[in-house]
Amino acid sequence: MKRKDFLYLSGMGMGALLLPDLSAFGTPIDPLQALDGVDVKIKKELADVALNAAKSKGATYADIRIGRYLNQFVATREKRVQGVANTESYGVGIRVLANGCWGFAATNHVTKDAIAKAAEQAVAVAKANAKIQGEPIQLAPQKGYGEVSWKTPIEINAFEVPVKEKVDLLLNVNDVAMQNGANFINSVIFAVNEQKYFASTDGSYIDQDVHRIYPTFNVTKVDRESGKFKTRNALSAPSGKGYEYMHARPEDKVTGIVTRYKGRYDMLEDVKEAARVATEKVKAKSVEPGKYDLVLDPSHLWLTIHESVGHPTELDRVLGYEANYAGTSFLTLDKWESKKFKFGSDKVNIVADKTQVGSLGAVGYDDEGVKCKKWDLIKDGVLVSYQAIRDQAHIIGLTESNGCCYSQGWDDVQFQRMPNVSLQPGKEKLSVDDMIKNVEKGIYIIGDGSFSIDQQRYNFQFGGQIFYEIKEGKIVGMLNDVAYQANTQEFWNSCNAICDESDYRLGGSFNDGKGQPSQSSAVSHGSATTRFNGVNVINTARKI
Amino acid sequence: MAILSKEEAQAILKKVIGFSKADFCEVGLNGSDGGNIRYARNAVSTAGQISTMSLGVSSTFGKKTGTATINEFDDASLQKVVKRAEELAMLAPENPEFMPPLGPQTFAESNTYNAKTAAMTPDTRAEMVGKSLSVSKAAGLDAAGFLENSTRFNAIMNSKGLFAYNKGTDVSFSVTVRNKQGTGSGYVEQGFNDLDKMDTLALSKIAASKANGSAGAKAIEPGKYTVILEPLAASDIIGNMFRGFDARSADEGRSFMSKKGGGTRLGEQLFSENVNIYSDPMNTEIPSSTFTGEGLPVKRTQWVEKGVVKNLSYSRYWAAQKNVQPLPFSRSMIIEGGTQSLEDLIKSTEKGILVTRFWYIRSVDPQTLLLTGLTRDGTFYIENGEIKFPIKNFRFNESPVIMLNNVEALGKPVRTGSGLIPPMKIRDFTFTSLSDAI
Repeated sequence: MKRKDFLYLSGMGMGALLLPDLSAFGTPIDPLQALDGVDVKIKKELADVALNAAKSKGATYADIRIGRYLNQFVATREKRVQGVANTESYGVGIRVLANGCWGFAATNHVTKDAIAKAAEQAVAVAKANAKIQGEPIQLAPQKGYGEVSWKTPIEINAFEVPVKEKVDLLLNVNDVAMQNGANFINSVIFAVNEQKYFASTDGSYIDQDVHRIYPTFNVTKVDRESGKFKTRNALSAPSGKGYEYMHARPEDKVTGIVTRYKGRYDMLEDVKEAARVATEKVKAKSVEPGKYDLVLDPSHLWLTIHESVGHPTELDRVLGYEANYAGTSFLTLDKWESKKFKFGSDKVNIVADKTQVGSLGAVGYDDEGVKCKKWDLIKDGVLVSYQAIRDQAHIIGLTESNGCCYSQGWDDVQFQRMPNVSLQPGKEKLSVDDMIKNVEKGIYIIGDGSFSIDQQRYNFQFGGQIFYEIKEGKIVGMLNDVAYQANTQEFWNSCNAICDESDYRLGGSFNDGKGQPSQSSAVSHGSATTRFNGVNVINTARKI
Repeated sequence: MAILSKEEAQAILKKVIGFSKADFCEVGLNGSDGGNIRYARNAVSTAGQISTMSLGVSSTFGKKTGTATINEFDDASLQKVVKRAEELAMLAPENPEFMPPLGPQTFAESNTYNAKTAAMTPDTRAEMVGKSLSVSKAAGLDAAGFLENSTRFNAIMNSKGLFAYNKGTDVSFSVTVRNKQGTGSGYVEQGFNDLDKMDTLALSKIAASKANGSAGAKAIEPGKYTVILEPLAASDIIGNMFRGFDARSADEGRSFMSKKGGGTRLGEQLFSENVNIYSDPMNTEIPSSTFTGEGLPVKRTQWVEKGVVKNLSYSRYWAAQKNVQPLPFSRSMIIEGGTQSLEDLIKSTEKGILVTRFWYIRSVDPQTLLLTGLTRDGTFYIENGEIKFPIKNFRFNESPVIMLNNVEALGKPVRTGSGLIPPMKIRDFTFTSLSDAI
């Protein structure tokens, strides 16, 4: 065993509790062991076994997903490696339609016999559930693509980069933070590789290799005398890229009062600023509550878009399938049918896009074999569509799925998940500086913080990482204790300026939860810096 | 296969330890077997059955530890996983916070297992969900719910002679019932070890009643109100606070338990005098395992007594640094209450708001534990001891520390979330805005 393998896992004993629940991701493995995917010919043979077995038992439709899911976590704290783990999860999920009802079964025994048996179980489940099923499932037609493939366009496979290189980087990041005044720092690099094979009775055999990466940290500054402590998180965005994401070039940096990043990320530079900002935050003044014009950086606005646009336009929520968990949606079908529901101001154009290069949600085909695409959700401020999959398409008059079906693993059933949902940049040239010049009383917010929204997505409250007070067109200092509250529709109708494409950047989430049992998905949200006028800001300071 | 007896688990672990050549070897074995049904729009949407078992080995040479896991159990696989852990340990950096494994310990026999729950089948689940659906269908309402059960075991052994085994069962149920107009919603959630305690019919009737009763909600101004929190609502908001009972983060100055100028708030009167909080793995209503993952015995612990913080949790490493005994944290907190029912609390309230549950609770400020979130699925205005009318949902911004300083009365605790929690009457609870959500 080589040094670079030194602890593909040794951190498990030391710090597994500090990492995400690894059992959700699979069995720990050697990092290089599973990088070579299973031969596509073998996967096709296995897929045909499942599809034939399902059909022979009476399925009118069947699909199979053969998946190998790799995750790598490298986590450190100050001068210590807390945990390094590689996990693998490999198996098969089979979904069928029989007697007008869905059935699903999964197995980690990837053999022809076990797959045939799972296919039969899936049909049995469908037939059992059909007895209490209401209307039969209607599946939007989908042509077979034959044998096709797709891969995330990466330059460096993160799993091939030695663990030592990642450990050294993170320990260096920690050192820079401590040298610049931080008291504590946690830093992490998290990499994902989904090797997914999909086949269906429509005649598709789709092989995909999906990569994602997320470097992040949390810096804490403690002022013992006052008893106060403040934190600042990384301004990185999780990304649908390879390890090249960690090698930022000058053109990847957005300079300003704080450096932000587009395309690629400079972790060492960001942590140095984070230590400075955390120290500054301890002394910053507390905000006066009231109405402010908010200038929201894309590193912050992505989360507002996610919660207030991404989730309420999910058709399964609109219909009530998430009522017991994530909730429903205020964007009911009658609002869409009216064709004039004013979701936002005329400047608001929001698209769903599963093809955007570098985004977390980009794939060639979704998890029910639909080729991915881009479509409008909000056009000139009006609600024009939802996010639908094959068994929902007919409800909104579509003849084909939007292609946004996803499952977190081979052993979970696929269902409707959010594609990348992004606010389009302004059509006229506008820089951040020019936007701020026109603000009399405002707050410029950078980075995501606390977030909460009701179960129908009306009322929300957001915090942030860094808050700058704007007075008469100028930034005059830093603020603390800022959170803004609004109603989604009123908020988006107060949008009155969006910077141009040169400021457009992606943010996103690695772990968006939905479903029971809960599943996680990764999604990006793009925007340029955007201004919202007259938003209610509260002061969150308390004494205990 | 997934659920092993104590003797079966011990035999595998002994064999694994026997293969070890390391200075120390610690082995963990766990398995679970269970299933679920999800439903919405009064019909089943998904159902599943899952069975898993896995083994983890940690080997240590000096202060260098390696860990490997496997889910195959033949001798060759067991030898392989031990060898792999030892190879990794030789390559690992020294862990400055390494603590040698514990020797043999004495553990109480837990009461987490129930044979009837373990015997649940897909038919049992379907029957229980059928009862829930019968309520919503008969009342012309829509139900969306989730029923899940599991049997699980875990066993640990180390080369210094420690062995522990626990087996447990769980069944959990939640349902949201909404009226067809989308103007009313009700919710219930319950979890037990014992299947006999789970009554999906009665619970669904409560959710249906709240769905009908919450229709036509009126808007009232946000502000500070006396609230009666049903146990689920109280649990939602207080559960976040317990993570702060960690001595290390308090000592490091980054917790609400940190003291200005250094040190912790251990021994301070932090809450109202009627607040008493403890954990006890042997509690019959909310039993839990009697040992931690590294083999520390878990015993009854008083965390808060008459509002005074009596204990903070100490990891073995941090306890050694501070020269105190290690004290494991418990996820199953018990808040002592009185004998009053929820109805009694309502009767004694002149003006107030009854909250069924909270939703989307997030930390706003870790310094003060300020949380935000919203009421959901049944919020009602109380006047002169009676529920007068349903009201629109509120967003709150409140700290559980402040909240537990404003406790007027506590009712009879019930199992909810991960604790045994009483309904609570709290004065001056801060609602900051209205929500149109139903």
